[in-house]
Amino acid sequence: MAGSCCGGDLGVDNALASAGVGDFTRVEELQRAGHIENDGTVRYVLSVPEVHCGACISAIERGLNGLEGVVSARVNLSLKRLTVILDSEDRSPGFVLQTLDRLGYRAMPVDLGELGDVEHKRQSERLLRALAVAGFAAGNIMLLSVSVWSGATGATRDLFHLISGLVAVPVVAYSGQVFFSSALKALAARRLNMDVPISLAVILALGMSVYESLTGGAEAYFDAAVTLLFFLLIGRYLDQLMRDHARSAVLGLARMTARGGNVVGDDGSLTYAPVDEIEPGMVVRVAPGERIPADGRVVRGTSDLDRSLVTGESAPVAVAANTEVEAGTLNLTGPIDVKVVRKADESFIAEVMQMMEAAENGRGRYVRIADRAARVYAPAVHLLALFAFLGWMIVTEGDWHASLYTAISVLIITCPCALGLAVPVVHVIGAARLFGRGILMKDGSALERLAEADTAVFDKTGTLTTGTPRIAATAIGADDAPAAKALAMHSIHPASRAVAVFLADTPVAALSDIREVPGYGVEGIVDGERVRLGRAEWAAEMAAPGTGEAARGAGLAFAREGGEVAGFTLSETLRPDAADAVAALREQDMAVELLSGDSAAAVKAIAATVGIEAVRAQATPASKIARVRELQAHGRHVMMVGDGLNDAPALAAGHVSMAPASASDIGRMAADFVFTRETMMSVPFAREIALKAGRLVRQNFGLAALYNVIAVPLAVAGYVTPLIAALAMSGSSIVVVMNSMRLARGGRLLPRLGRTRKAAEPNEVLA
Amino acid sequence: MNVLIYLIPAALGMGALGLFAFLWSMKSGQYQDLDGAAERILDEEADEKPL
Repeated sequence: MAGSCCGGDLGVDNALASAGVGDFTRVEELQRAGHIENDGTVRYVLSVPEVHCGACISAIERGLNGLEGVVSARVNLSLKRLTVILDSEDRSPGFVLQTLDRLGYRAMPVDLGELGDVEHKRQSERLLRALAVAGFAAGNIMLLSVSVWSGATGATRDLFHLISGLVAVPVVAYSGQVFFSSALKALAARRLNMDVPISLAVILALGMSVYESLTGGAEAYFDAAVTLLFFLLIGRYLDQLMRDHARSAVLGLARMTARGGNVVGDDGSLTYAPVDEIEPGMVVRVAPGERIPADGRVVRGTSDLDRSLVTGESAPVAVAANTEVEAGTLNLTGPIDVKVVRKADESFIAEVMQMMEAAENGRGRYVRIADRAARVYAPAVHLLALFAFLGWMIVTEGDWHASLYTAISVLIITCPCALGLAVPVVHVIGAARLFGRGILMKDGSALERLAEADTAVFDKTGTLTTGTPRIAATAIGADDAPAAKALAMHSIHPASRAVAVFLADTPVAALSDIREVPGYGVEGIVDGERVRLGRAEWAAEMAAPGTGEAARGAGLAFAREGGEVAGFTLSETLRPDAADAVAALREQDMAVELLSGDSAAAVKAIAATVGIEAVRAQATPASKIARVRELQAHGRHVMMVGDGLNDAPALAAGHVSMAPASASDIGRMAADFVFTRETMMSVPFAREIALKAGRLVRQNFGLAALYNVIAVPLAVAGYVTPLIAALAMSGSSIVVVMNSMRLARGGRLLPRLGRTRKAAEPNEVLA
Repeated sequence: MNVLIYLIPAALGMGALGLFAFLWSMKSGQYQDLDGAAERILDEEADEKPL
């Protein structure tokens, strides 16, 4: 990572933050998320996505720790979170947010109760503790066993066995619970899972070994039982770790939907109310930069709304009194009062959420490869052990001791140690490689599903395009450009931002008397002359008569009082390598489709540039789901790539789904993968990793099977001594892990990427 | 062989010591932010105790 990651331009979000937009709401939200400790201090947790390095940590911690009321502040770099402890409940946490804004970090309150990750944390900590205990026991018992194998006899051997037993019994009782409880649950439901043979083998081996040690027998299996637990717990822990990491990373990105609003009382006072307390009939004041919390009708004020979250359309829409507005749309220019007509849980967003839930249940039926293998494997192992036992009973004419011994050998040696590691190791390495390229993955099954996908369905706005408009052409002269830039820099309207970006190399004119007219544009005075930037007709009002014709129809215009009108033509910005990404997907034998809520002409234009033939325009969330279902009915496995609220149900319905980090909160929640860099090549890259991971998992299963083919006959024939069992088991596990490591080196992925990666270099710093 | 009476408890004891050291460090939150810990080592004034 570049050392200067925090020094650079932090972008528009901070312009928004320093303008104090929506601060009131954020403070209220933060106050509600605070957790009061026993000693009266209050703990607040904030998500700070822009924290990158050591300099960020010390900047934030020094900035906060000196302040009055702050007991302590600490940044967690892995989770990109900040924990602040304030001395009393009565202190408003607003100054924390202001300090962070001043330091250049945008922070969002995190409600820990809502995330529900406390439970998951406990789960992975329990696994880690079990793993540590099993590792301790495995090492020490192996030490004693080696002495026995190398020739200890008589009293020494018995003593070593007894000591091994003293260590092994409590350890198995503690660390084995992970498997025992899961096996019991499976048995109670009359199913067999991988944990049943594991538990059976471990308990039988332990019981037999205890019996042997007490009666002075020659052989004990303590080492095998404990090492088995140790290896299997490694696999379990890696699996859990990956899920935890991906979850907190996805949630750590800035949260977008409105979680409350400022209700206007009868006396004109403002009170903050969370979204579920907002009732129909209430009037909510929405400041510029805030999202509308519930469906309603504008009663006062004019403004522009960014409806891209709802419709996917990026062009802002003007609203005035009596206009209907949807929950989730972003207010851009002026404050408005909205009379709520529907409760928040009946809004468009809520409807989409319900659709999503229904769609996700469909995908919940997917069975992970490891579980499918276990379904076949577990009964086979049990039958094999049973036959070995019965066979030996017949051959030895009722020597139950030797027969049970062989059966246990079979159970242990076939135990899915390598199988338990085969999948998680590959997935963890795959997740790490994806993370290195700015792609976050939700869980291992997503990687498996991505490898199966054969049809890619793209959304247009915000996915193939960046969602922010760009100036395609302008007729503005060099004399007017500095004034236009000065005006553009005073507004957070996307079109104004586009102008500011387009005129980046132009000097800024001195501007006075700046006035933003909601719904129209910005006005100011330069060199004693009035200038306007905004809606073409509005700008033309004050220009010389008859000059407005050229600018009419353009998205935006600049005018000097009594002078010429200069138009700006807006267009969407295609992600820089969208066409390359589509081509790369085609090379991977995928069919590609475009599905958009935008108008037919706009969609066709983009599709032609990118090179997609199958196109559907003006799709609603419901029709997007319908198309995904239709493809699935034809036996296709759909990979949905989208960002908006309107894509969320389709994202949940697809076999696998991806969303850019700029996607709406709901879009990100619904997606299996989130890519945080601008480049579209993330999509073919992720699939390439998924295909490789799938190949390696299959190879690992092959290796584990090969091992069984050699080891099982030996075990059934009764040739397996504890030494051989231990060596074979560790050997097969190590081979599987080594094979999985090949994913980390990864050879040449996507040769076409070489060129585009260079172009995307500046973005590398952002991830 | 009598030396085993000392050596075996010593070996087990050291192993147990390591185990408890690990469990203690985990409980005190030392593995919660590994990336941050790697950066903090370069900062002379950084506070070492996790929250």
